[in-house]
Amino acid sequence: MKKNISMRKGDGLSALLFLSPTLLVFGAFILFPVIFSFYLSFHQWNMFSTDTKFVGVDNYIRLFQNEEFWDVLKNTAIYTFGTIPLNMIFSLMVAYILNKKIIGKKLLRTLFFAPVIISPVAAAVVWRWLYDPNFGIFNYFIGLFGINPINWLNEPTAAMAALIIMGVWKTFGYNMVLFSAGLSGIPDNYYEAAQIDGAGWWAKFWHITLPMLAPTTFFIMIMSIISSFQVFDIVYVLTSGGPLGSTKVLVFYVYEYAFKFFEMGYASAMSYFLFLILFILTLLQVKYMKSKVYGA
Amino acid sequence: MGSPRLIKNLKSILTHVFIYLLAFLTFAPFLWMILTSVKDMSEIYVYPPKWFPSEFKFENYKNAFDAAPFGTYYINSLIAAVSVTIGQLITCSMAAFAFARLKFKGNNILFLLFLGTMMVPYNVTMIPSFMMLYWLGWIDTYSALIVPGLASAFGTFLLRQFFLTIPKELEEAAYIDGATKFGVLRRIIIPLSKPALATLAVFTFMGVFNDFIWSLIVLNSEEMRTVQLGLAVFRDRYLTQWDLLMAGSVTAVLPILLVFFFAQKYFIQGITLSGLKE
Repeated sequence: MKKNISMRKGDGLSALLFLSPTLLVFGAFILFPVIFSFYLSFHQWNMFSTDTKFVGVDNYIRLFQNEEFWDVLKNTAIYTFGTIPLNMIFSLMVAYILNKKIIGKKLLRTLFFAPVIISPVAAAVVWRWLYDPNFGIFNYFIGLFGINPINWLNEPTAAMAALIIMGVWKTFGYNMVLFSAGLSGIPDNYYEAAQIDGAGWWAKFWHITLPMLAPTTFFIMIMSIISSFQVFDIVYVLTSGGPLGSTKVLVFYVYEYAFKFFEMGYASAMSYFLFLILFILTLLQVKYMKSKVYGA
Repeated sequence: MGSPRLIKNLKSILTHVFIYLLAFLTFAPFLWMILTSVKDMSEIYVYPPKWFPSEFKFENYKNAFDAAPFGTYYINSLIAAVSVTIGQLITCSMAAFAFARLKFKGNNILFLLFLGTMMVPYNVTMIPSFMMLYWLGWIDTYSALIVPGLASAFGTFLLRQFFLTIPKELEEAAYIDGATKFGVLRRIIIPLSKPALATLAVFTFMGVFNDFIWSLIVLNSEEMRTVQLGLAVFRDRYLTQWDLLMAGSVTAVLPILLVFFFAQKYFIQGITLSGLKE
């Protein structure tokens, strides 16, 4: 008993010791960067020169006056709001079906989930081949329905559509798993009661499944927006932002300014603007997180 | 007069057909990638597309490995992924132990701050992190790939939640027998937390192995390239050499796909336990 008390006394120091590796890494690669990029966003700095010039809010003014930036923001929004509805409909549909009596559930889940875990770079290389205008599988399939070949990656509207289709394919398995967890949490007796009342398939889905899934759906939606806003890898490999900048998205733009033109201050202002957008979205979601962490 | 049973069976059959068709379509790009990777160029550029090669041309893999040092890329990726995974298992279990078991001032606030770091988008930290590595002289080294990944809020959170479910009685007995806190973590908590640790290991390994943007920023030389970066450069050079590109892609997805097939439940667990991305 005495030993236990003496142990409690030293917890502060032990905690510091146990936390120190993590604190060190976070300090250097998260805390410092968050502060420093805020500082940078008010300065003009080419990272290889020694002088940093304070420019006030000029970077932000330049950003808002830059037409290309608004185009980039628009592209990001089109990608995000093009991907998410399709993604959610698909993932919910698949999760819903897999929640029923289906033979070979495990295999099916593996197949649906496989795109999520593979590298975006390799996936995008493969999809470039699927989208090939002359020999690609996509044009072959739409050709079976009498649709003329589409020059998927070389025509602005088609390139964005190509990116969205691939984005849905790559991510819907993730949300499927979350929806599956949500669905299995709905008690069976709700459905049984509805069955007795003579409710059909659609009535059960609309009046039981959807309302019961609302928290999951909300969570998935916010998380999907946050991650879609930061899409980079598949854009870089599939379209490289082209054609004519039609698929240039925010992170790609930040990357260009920071690591091609070395305009660190301007690029930091951009990334802080994105941070602000995501922060607002995150605030909406924090409530849910809190109840999840401390409610359990 | 169709009996209700017959209708029910028919519905079930249709549902099966539909879901298997959808699963096939989802998996088709993988099949297409694998089949193309063993085709001769003369069978790749045909219309309509031909599914199966008349003979399997495994030389494509040899040719791809001759065209670019995929072996070196592999070693680099594995060194980074294994180091970060082991490192994170250690740092995260230590931090999680502190949050789950130690009583200290500000425990809850610090933990909330930790969770908060998950919401910082990586493109905000990307530029100063790069400069930090530049000042340290670590650009184009393994340290640049490994050190920034040696801590994880996601991992700490995941393990803390798991540690909280372990009953305290075992530890109390060990403390009475004179065990240290570190000893308790190593000999009692860790052995009981294997599923959670496996989940974290699988996620971390996948994240580092599949990472692209970070390697793109911090690596310059060819001999340091990771598989993903190497493949992206390869794509720029061999734009339409689909035989080589598909062989390269298969190479780049194979380890993760294998890990996934054998440890699928840890992937699923990781997502459902936390409901967090990346």
